Amino acid sequence: MPVITYRDALNQALREEMQRDDRVFIMGEEVGVYQGAYKVSKGLLQEFGEMRVVDTPITELGFAGVGVGAAMVGLRPIIEFMTWNFALLALDQVVNSAAKMLYMSGGQYNIPIVFRGPNGAALQLSAQHSQAWESWLAHIPGLKVVAPGTPYDAKGLLKSAVRDDNPVVVLEGEMLYNTKGEVPEDEYLIPIGKASVKREGEHCSIITFGKMVLVALQAADQLAKEGIMVDVVDLMSLRPIDTETIVASIHKTNRAVVLEEGWELSGIGAQIVDIIQREAFDDLDAPVLRVHQADTPMPYAKNLEKAAKPDAQKMIAAVKKVMYLA
Amino acid sequence: MAKKKPDLAPSSSSNDAQLRRDLLRQMLLIRRFEERCAEAYALGKIGGFCHLYIGQEAVGVGAISVLRPDDYVIGSYREHGQALARGMSPRAVMAELFGRADGCSKGKGGSMHLFDRNLNFLGGHGIVGGHIPLATGVGFAIKYRGGDQVCLCFFGEAAVNGGAFHEALNMAALWKLPVVYLIENNRYGMGTALERASAINDIAERACSYDMPNEVVDGQDVIAVREAMQRAVQRARSEHIPTLLEVRTYRFMGHSMSDAVSGTYRTKEELEEYMKRDPITVLRTDMTKRGEWTDDDMTALDEEVKAVVEDAWNFADASPEPALESLYEDVYVDTTSDAPVGAEIAS
Ligand SMILES: Cc1ncc(C[n+]2csc(CCOP(=O)(O)OP(=O)(O)O)c2C)c(N)n1
Repeated sequence: MPVITYRDALNQALREEMQRDDRVFIMGEEVGVYQGAYKVSKGLLQEFGEMRVVDTPITELGFAGVGVGAAMVGLRPIIEFMTWNFALLALDQVVNSAAKMLYMSGGQYNIPIVFRGPNGAALQLSAQHSQAWESWLAHIPGLKVVAPGTPYDAKGLLKSAVRDDNPVVVLEGEMLYNTKGEVPEDEYLIPIGKASVKREGEHCSIITFGKMVLVALQAADQLAKEGIMVDVVDLMSLRPIDTETIVASIHKTNRAVVLEEGWELSGIGAQIVDIIQREAFDDLDAPVLRVHQADTPMPYAKNLEKAAKPDAQKMIAAVKKVMYLA
Repeated sequence: MAKKKPDLAPSSSSNDAQLRRDLLRQMLLIRRFEERCAEAYALGKIGGFCHLYIGQEAVGVGAISVLRPDDYVIGSYREHGQALARGMSPRAVMAELFGRADGCSKGKGGSMHLFDRNLNFLGGHGIVGGHIPLATGVGFAIKYRGGDQVCLCFFGEAAVNGGAFHEALNMAALWKLPVVYLIENNRYGMGTALERASAINDIAERACSYDMPNEVVDGQDVIAVREAMQRAVQRARSEHIPTLLEVRTYRFMGHSMSDAVSGTYRTKEELEEYMKRDPITVLRTDMTKRGEWTDDDMTALDEEVKAVVEDAWNFADASPEPALESLYEDVYVDTTSDAPVGAEIAS
């Protein structure tokens, strides 16, 4: 099976879906002539032309709304945000227009749109460029939210997102674009709303998603050397959440740590803990712990940034704690 | 400010007379409909925010009268009149206002969110300025498909101070999209007068920033609105050039049902002065002068539209509340697209 980058997997998904359906177009800052701020849309302008690969002014609110309007009358826009930090300016359109249109029109206008781009921190970009917005977005009924952590998942989920007749948010990662993995040549789709178990183990569950899947797998490798076998549940979809897979894992391990990139308060992890206490209370042998970003804006200095971010070491410590080994 | 009234020859054709009768009927229907809305609100049959269009009828009626059925209309929360002018059923609109199952949005939207997919009426939107980029997107889709439709977008003058307006108009002019942006300048955004919110008073001039054609129009004269709109639609349809129309009008009621009509931010004298140019009276007077309309005609028309409104009220009142199961319906559709290449591209 070919091994390709996460970036190329997304690029393949975009190209295949644009070839398949003429109504699909991509719009955003630097997606065309510049070939994408992170080169995810590389080559698309040359293949599909400027009506379908549209460079916009720096107007997140405006072009997100343009996408929603186009979706109301039959097109299938893919709106690229250079990063989700900037998408904050577009949140009115994502939430008030895209997510609610179907409901407030009594079922008349569904919005088949994809909002995608990198989410969360990269390296030393400091406070305004290092934010993980998943709990904000997953909060909204009417949106679907996916956060793929591997090239395989990125391609399959993005293709499903483009075909979905609802608005779908795709959370990628600057630090993920260069990571590699196996991606088959034959077409495949990954259903939205299903988690995947990335590694099997019986001692403790790590429940995570997106960029943190790699951190969880690193931690799992090291823990394995000490004889601790963890189950790594990759949620992949944050709305809807695959409760069944979470509960099955807890049933097997009786312990869990939830790992996420964002802040603690009202984070995705809080929701996962709620699901666990309601659906798997009797399976638990220890309180569920959470690993997340420090409760501060992201600092610039290398040492402070490292201290703020969740990482494999923090993950290992948390697993040992729920196993009463530390 | 106001464009000169068109010099229609006294011997204008019977077609023109018929058109004027149609426009008058639509304006009167909206007026009587909304008077009953105010009554229903007082009775608690309509709740939430309810923004009346009384005084502004010529704007929606005149502008929409120029459109084809396959064109698109989108507006703000003050859209009852536009919905009716587009041809939405008074029954479905009243039932929506009453929060009933037979409402155009199944009772989920209310006064601010009227939609009708069959008429390309793309809604009532509640965030000031938020729908202006949507109109640009509709224009983009028309151009993408190579169509010759037009999108008409209504919003109040307060919306021109926000970012969404500027972003949307810049892109429409940059990409040459077939959209008519229509400011309903009724002088106040809630209680804030235009001069207290905008650095310039002639807000049509904002179009100059985007090299966009623009025009100031007398919004109490339905014929003047129609004619300006015809010019704008012609540009949009044949050349894909967007236009900004500043249509000067006045609302005769409060901002919504919960504030005083006058006394706080505007005087009673000012209100009374503006009410002298009631759009219905303006057209009616013109028709009478032409010898094509009598007081008896007016009485008969009034009876007719009142009966339509009465029927709408009775229909809405009899319509059931939405079923409780519907609470969770229409949050998502459960479909995906596996359309073959080329599907639905043709306009
Ligand atoms: C973004 C936003 N801010 C505030 C409001 C509350 N609000 C509703 S209508 C309105 C005044 C708008 O005036 P204008 O755009 O001139 O339209 P009009 O009501 O006169 O039709 C305000 C402040 C809102 N709906 N949206």
